[in-house]
Amino acid sequence: MPVYLETPLTKEKLKTLQVGDQVLLSGTIYTARDAAHKRLVTQIKNKETLPISLTNEIIYYMGPSPARPNQVIGSAGPTTSYRMDAYTPLLLEQGLLGMIGKGKRSEAVRMSIQKHQSIYFAAIGGAGALLSHRIKSAEMIAYKDLATEAIRKLVVEDFPIIVAIDIKGNDIYRDSKKKYRKLELFSKK
Amino acid sequence: MRSIHVEEITQVIQEMCVETNYYLDPHIKKAFYQSVKREESPLGKEILTSLIENADIAANYQIPICQDTGMVVVFCEIGQEVHFTGGYLEKAIHKGVRQGYAEGYLRKSVVSDPILRKNTQDNTPAVIHYQIIPGDQVHITLSPKGFGSENMSNIYMLAPSEGIAGIKKVVIQTVEKAGANACPPMIVGVGLGGTFEKAAILSKKALLRSVGTKSSLPHIAALEEELLNTINQLGIGPQGLGGITTALGVHIETYPTHIAGLPVAINMSCHVTRHAKRTL
Repeated sequence: MPVYLETPLTKEKLKTLQVGDQVLLSGTIYTARDAAHKRLVTQIKNKETLPISLTNEIIYYMGPSPARPNQVIGSAGPTTSYRMDAYTPLLLEQGLLGMIGKGKRSEAVRMSIQKHQSIYFAAIGGAGALLSHRIKSAEMIAYKDLATEAIRKLVVEDFPIIVAIDIKGNDIYRDSKKKYRKLELFSKK
Repeated sequence: MRSIHVEEITQVIQEMCVETNYYLDPHIKKAFYQSVKREESPLGKEILTSLIENADIAANYQIPICQDTGMVVVFCEIGQEVHFTGGYLEKAIHKGVRQGYAEGYLRKSVVSDPILRKNTQDNTPAVIHYQIIPGDQVHITLSPKGFGSENMSNIYMLAPSEGIAGIKKVVIQTVEKAGANACPPMIVGVGLGGTFEKAAILSKKALLRSVGTKSSLPHIAALEEELLNTINQLGIGPQGLGGITTALGVHIETYPTHIAGLPVAINMSCHVTRHAKRTL
């Protein structure tokens, strides 16, 4: 059974979520991927005011395809998260509470998630058409020159995600593989 | 001598850019249906079911299957009896990409310089490989390649003594390292032999084969099957969240090589792996 979760996130709400839980998320989230992360971190380091407050927010690693005139947004699936790893601990320090992407994070990010009691969700990579239907509005709000990489404010409804790293630091990518593994190869001796 | 107007090239390139991004390869869809039945992980089953649903939504609503609509790779096999008229072939190919990505509402994901990184805004240029063949036909194969999986690709220059065991080791290691990042269930393209760059091109060509097809060489077909079985025992599963459906296919292409070498290129590809072919 999926867990229904609404934004704004609170640390209290995250306490009930465990790695592997299937979640249907509703509310407001922001998009940012490679280029937007680089700018956010540069602005933080320069002590400039950010275009969005990160406190208790969720960032979705996503750069959509263009919307047709009758569509809210084009295809809108997650991009691979590890490219954001270098920037993530600083954003978590700024109060960011959740991230949605796909793929394994670095050990530094996993520890930072645990330290800040935040959360990392996985969305299904390559399911951009399906996910676009769960996005009810999309508005470009910052770094507009970055086009697909600009920061967008999205309102989502029953957006399907899976808890990939929970507040205890449990990591689905580290643990789930073992369960279905049928052989051990090239042991790392 | 047969004349072909380059506008015909532009037209087919444009069409293929759009159709590959909206319509999932039916062979992949069939593989999804087969995998759903076999998959042991309940979450894995759900993910595979979602991917089938995603393909249906993409086709019905004309939304790209995946938002990463790729950098376009074009293989042009040109009969030596063909003469192109009306302009420069390469420009005609880029024009087809430009038009396809604009009219198809596809994402523009190409930057003009790997360091300066300014988006070209029209998804050009494409990466084009030419081959001159006998006859008076032109075969154009187009594959928009996403970079979640492309980034996980690798090339090794093995010693001949490492043989089949060495090949298996580097292919499996590459798949393990790619894990969730390559958007499993993946398709693994392997190029064996040739030179450094030939192996890489072969590995890309291997991805153009429909999933489920086997090499015509018995020893290579056996290796493909063995690698696929091994990969599906790694536990990675759909989206890397655990399961037995890690790859839908392993395709190997080969070429003669040097007495001192055994190049192995591994081109990783996701469950969307797009390709189309036209003959003019």
